[in-house]
Amino acid sequence: MSAGSRLENANPVIFQRSGERLLTASEEDEDVHDPIDDREIFDLIRSINDPEHPLSLEELNVVEQVRVKVNDAESTVSVEFTPTIPHCSMATLIGLSIKVKLLRALPDRFKTDVHITPGTHASEEAVNKQLADKERVAAALENSSLLEVVNQCLSTRKI
Amino acid sequence: MAADTTTLVSLVEEFVSGLQDNKARDIATAVKDGKFTVLQLVEALGHSLTSSQPHTRARGVQLLSDVLQECYANLTEKEVTVLISFYENRLKDHYVVTPPVLHGLRALTKCTALPSGSAVSMLRSLFQDVHVQSLMLAERSCVYNMLINLMETRESELKGLGADFVFGFVQSMDGERDPRNLLLAFQIAKSIIHRGYDLGKFTEELFEVTSCYFPIDFTPPPSDPHGITKDELIQALRAVLTGTPKFAEFLLPLLIEKLDSDVQSAKLDSLQTLTSCVSQYEHKDLAEFLEGLWVSLRREVFQTPSEKIESAGLTALTALTSCLSRSVLNSESEDTLSTFLDLVLKDCKHHLCEPDLKLVWPSTKLLQAACGASNRASHIITAAVMPSLIEQYNNRTQCSHRRTLLEVIQRFIQSVKSSQPSESEETVFGAFRQSLCGIVFSALSETNSSLQIVATSVLTSLAQQAGLLLDSDVELAVDHLTRLLLTEEDDRVSLAVVECAGSLAELHPTVFITKLIPRLKTEIFAEPMEQDNNNREASELHSHHAMRQRCLSALAAISTQPSVVHESTPVILEVLSSAHTGSVIFTVEEVVLACHSLQRIAEHVEDTEESGQCFHGVVIPRMLSLALQAALQGEGSTGCHSPLAEEKVLTAMVPVISTSCSRLQPMLAAQTASKAVSLFLDADVSFLPNNSFPANIHLLKAHNVFQKQHEGSWTQSQMVCLLIGCVCSLPRNVEVPQIDHLLSQLEDMSCTCGHLLSYTSAAKCFAALVNKRSQGDSLDTVIQRTMKRVCGELDSTSSPVRLQAFTLMVWVAKALLLRYHPLSTTMTDKLFSLLDDAELGLMAAEGFSLLMSDSDDVLNRASHADVRIMYRQRFFSENSAKLVEGFNAAPQEKKANYLKALSNIVNKLPKEVQVTELPALLSLLLEALSCSDQGVQLSTLSCLEPVLIDPPPALIQQLEALVSRLLVLIGSSAMNVRIAALRCIRALSGFPAHEILPFRARVLRALAQPLDDKKRLVRSEAVQARGEWFLLGSPGGR
Repeated sequence: MSAGSRLENANPVIFQRSGERLLTASEEDEDVHDPIDDREIFDLIRSINDPEHPLSLEELNVVEQVRVKVNDAESTVSVEFTPTIPHCSMATLIGLSIKVKLLRALPDRFKTDVHITPGTHASEEAVNKQLADKERVAAALENSSLLEVVNQCLSTRKI
Repeated sequence: MAADTTTLVSLVEEFVSGLQDNKARDIATAVKDGKFTVLQLVEALGHSLTSSQPHTRARGVQLLSDVLQECYANLTEKEVTVLISFYENRLKDHYVVTPPVLHGLRALTKCTALPSGSAVSMLRSLFQDVHVQSLMLAERSCVYNMLINLMETRESELKGLGADFVFGFVQSMDGERDPRNLLLAFQIAKSIIHRGYDLGKFTEELFEVTSCYFPIDFTPPPSDPHGITKDELIQALRAVLTGTPKFAEFLLPLLIEKLDSDVQSAKLDSLQTLTSCVSQYEHKDLAEFLEGLWVSLRREVFQTPSEKIESAGLTALTALTSCLSRSVLNSESEDTLSTFLDLVLKDCKHHLCEPDLKLVWPSTKLLQAACGASNRASHIITAAVMPSLIEQYNNRTQCSHRRTLLEVIQRFIQSVKSSQPSESEETVFGAFRQSLCGIVFSALSETNSSLQIVATSVLTSLAQQAGLLLDSDVELAVDHLTRLLLTEEDDRVSLAVVECAGSLAELHPTVFITKLIPRLKTEIFAEPMEQDNNNREASELHSHHAMRQRCLSALAAISTQPSVVHESTPVILEVLSSAHTGSVIFTVEEVVLACHSLQRIAEHVEDTEESGQCFHGVVIPRMLSLALQAALQGEGSTGCHSPLAEEKVLTAMVPVISTSCSRLQPMLAAQTASKAVSLFLDADVSFLPNNSFPANIHLLKAHNVFQKQHEGSWTQSQMVCLLIGCVCSLPRNVEVPQIDHLLSQLEDMSCTCGHLLSYTSAAKCFAALVNKRSQGDSLDTVIQRTMKRVCGELDSTSSPVRLQAFTLMVWVAKALLLRYHPLSTTMTDKLFSLLDDAELGLMAAEGFSLLMSDSDDVLNRASHADVRIMYRQRFFSENSAKLVEGFNAAPQEKKANYLKALSNIVNKLPKEVQVTELPALLSLLLEALSCSDQGVQLSTLSCLEPVLIDPPPALIQQLEALVSRLLVLIGSSAMNVRIAALRCIRALSGFPAHEILPFRARVLRALAQPLDDKKRLVRSEAVQARGEWFLLGSPGGR
């Protein structure tokens, strides 16, 4: 925690956080059905903490709203994320955190696909393959030290 | 005498051989009463003191010490001398004798008759013959107490011991482990340092023996009877370590080392200790450690995830810099301040050139912390930083970069604000004034809204730098603000602009009077442009309305100085009168906004003769006159309505009047009140401007419900709400004239009028006057008369004015409840009985919410009402039993009313009371959760939620029932109920883990369903709740 040398990228570029979603009148109307949209999925994952910095994935631009696609009718979600540097060793962990967050926060009917933005990471294919493999994800979550890091990423930050 | 001696000997015998401790007290009492002398006691002890058995000797000394403990005050100097030499001698005795000897010595140190020189000899033998750390806890504490006592009374003698005293103390406390004794030891060390004892060559020893406890890590055992906290120890130790600059060479390396620790509390403690120690130091104490300190501070601020540590680090840097700035320079020493600031600048400045990287903010904060420390520091830092910031701003093109740079600049300007020098030196930003103004004005002309917002706050900060901005700059600024006010559609920008205008107007009122107000006036009264196309017209109208809205709120914001108010209120009043005459078309919303602006001005203007005159002499009469004209006009012709006869407008006028009456110039307010009363009672219109009114004014003559209603008949009666403003918010010492007549008129009106606003206002006005009326027979008569009338109406189920009577009763009940009037219980009991009423039951339940909540127009502290503290608690504790009883006795279909009343009451109670009262009510509340009324469900949930955050044990016992009921409610058909239930479930996740873990699987399963709710708001609550429950009992979670 104290030694700076352990950080792979000590001075990353910071992006502005988007504000809270504006409340519309139709959202307050009992009878209207609000479909699950891109912004809603983005709101789920933007506040995930980075494993290294006290910053959110949104502030590091790892996730962006344009890289989130959802189809409510067909129950599919696709999220692309961009590691801050091409050799980031945390890529799998970040992907796993996003995946777990979606598993916990979306109804069962959804099929989630989490992968690295094409061309932004050295071992893109390997990571994508790991994240797409249900059994490997399940096995990773059996590992308590891995689960611990994931849970820390998903905790609401307390200072 | 002989008999006495025998008694004494036998008492002594019983104590020493019989081991009866209570005999010591008997003897002590006897000595105090003068039956024996201490000498006699010693003689009687003789044998035990010389016994060959160490235990017998110890017992003997113990008796003597116990007696001295009680009667040290009566000893003569001679006795003390003898006793001391005896005790000093006994210190050399067997180890079992030492404890009672120490107790005896401690008693003697409290003695006022202590001969000079004895303190020194006592301490010499103590340090020589006793190894303190091999004693037991109580004896060690005894030694420390001796030292404390002697330091209190014999300071000069102890100082005569020189460094030996310090050495003796260091030896005694070396290795102390008990927190209670440590507190005493730290206290002694602090006195040694602060009272200037000679540390001699033992400075380092004293430091070592105390600093080995730093940083303090102490967790008191659960249910600790001594109540020593970690914080107490930390403060006591800090006072020692930071007490003298002599420790600097030892303390600073220690702090640097501890800052490197992984333990957060150690870092925090080190930073705080650093902050407090540098206040004593000079630059030469710091010089050789500056680099190390800076490296540590920088590392903490750059890397810490904790805001606490960051802010502690920044405070430490400020303290360090101001310490360096304080030092007096002489010709040969180097300027440590500039050397240090060079270090800071070298490491931080280049980060300011990368406005999109993470370290720009920590660097800014560090530089500002140094900058705010002293005037010299701020000159050095701004001179180094500002040119490059300004240059970068001008070179960068990306808005986000520019915004960041502007924010950085703003924070620099603000940090300097605190260290503004009093003498007329050159201001820190004087050299940059022109370029800064240029930047601000160019940012204000950008289209990017967040850039504009930051620019307004930079402008505000610049304006607050005394003497920085020239008049021409302010004028230019006002031009920019005006342009933005008139054209900018973005709400956030216009809010920022209005705020900026407000703070600038406080400093430069004249520019605003001459430039902004006339311009706004023209724009407000400009008619929206005629358009052929209908759609276009609608959007034009909309933007015109928004522009008027911004102008009105700007007028309100700039009016804090009486001179500005003098110019701005006529503009707003003109809006009202043009709206009334129809010469310029204003919508009802715009008129309401105008009233809000007036209200805001009344709330914020300085309370001076001028502003009071303005409101009481001009604004209020004008408003009353316009409202009256509108009312009369509405009555005459049913067709055209002036917007000023609208309920919304009248209700918006009330707070203008009541705010002015409650806070501006009580003398003038009293005049306003008496004029208003004569207007309402006697139709005296003489004080109203253009008072050509017809004669048929009868404002308090209610149109009876029995009479046939025709539209417009209530336009006069509803004006009674303006009377509320005039008479209900006066300070309590201001008399309302003709009060009895007024009260009876109001009572009549509230019981007979058929128009909702009229009878409610009359009831409120009546209640507010009753609340302030002084205690006495006349008050009781009024209340009883009203009570009789109200009860009569309520008891006859066919009465057409039951609703009116009910309204009056609730308000009067509130008025009396607030001031603890004894008659309030009759009123509230009536309200309880109405819960069973077929027609009014539900309203009675809602009535409790009115009783318990603060109303915003009358009967609150702002309007000087008589509000006793904790009236809610009192009402609750007196009536909760009645409620439970009533609930149990009520027929099934009426139970909901009781639950609603209960949740209305509990909802408004302060949290502490809720928590203590909850156990008794819990079953009722749980019942309320399963009640089918959604209103009851909702209010119960909202009153449960805060309680759940810090759950009382009673609730934990009922967890099963609570969880199942909440899980049912997340399937409710009302989305508000679903949301509130999900919030409660989320709060449940904060309960002790072992209590709720058994529910985890069930809750997670149940929460899967609302994740697919059709409403987004419900889904988002469900996501948060489920996330928390997932973390429960999982590694890395909770």
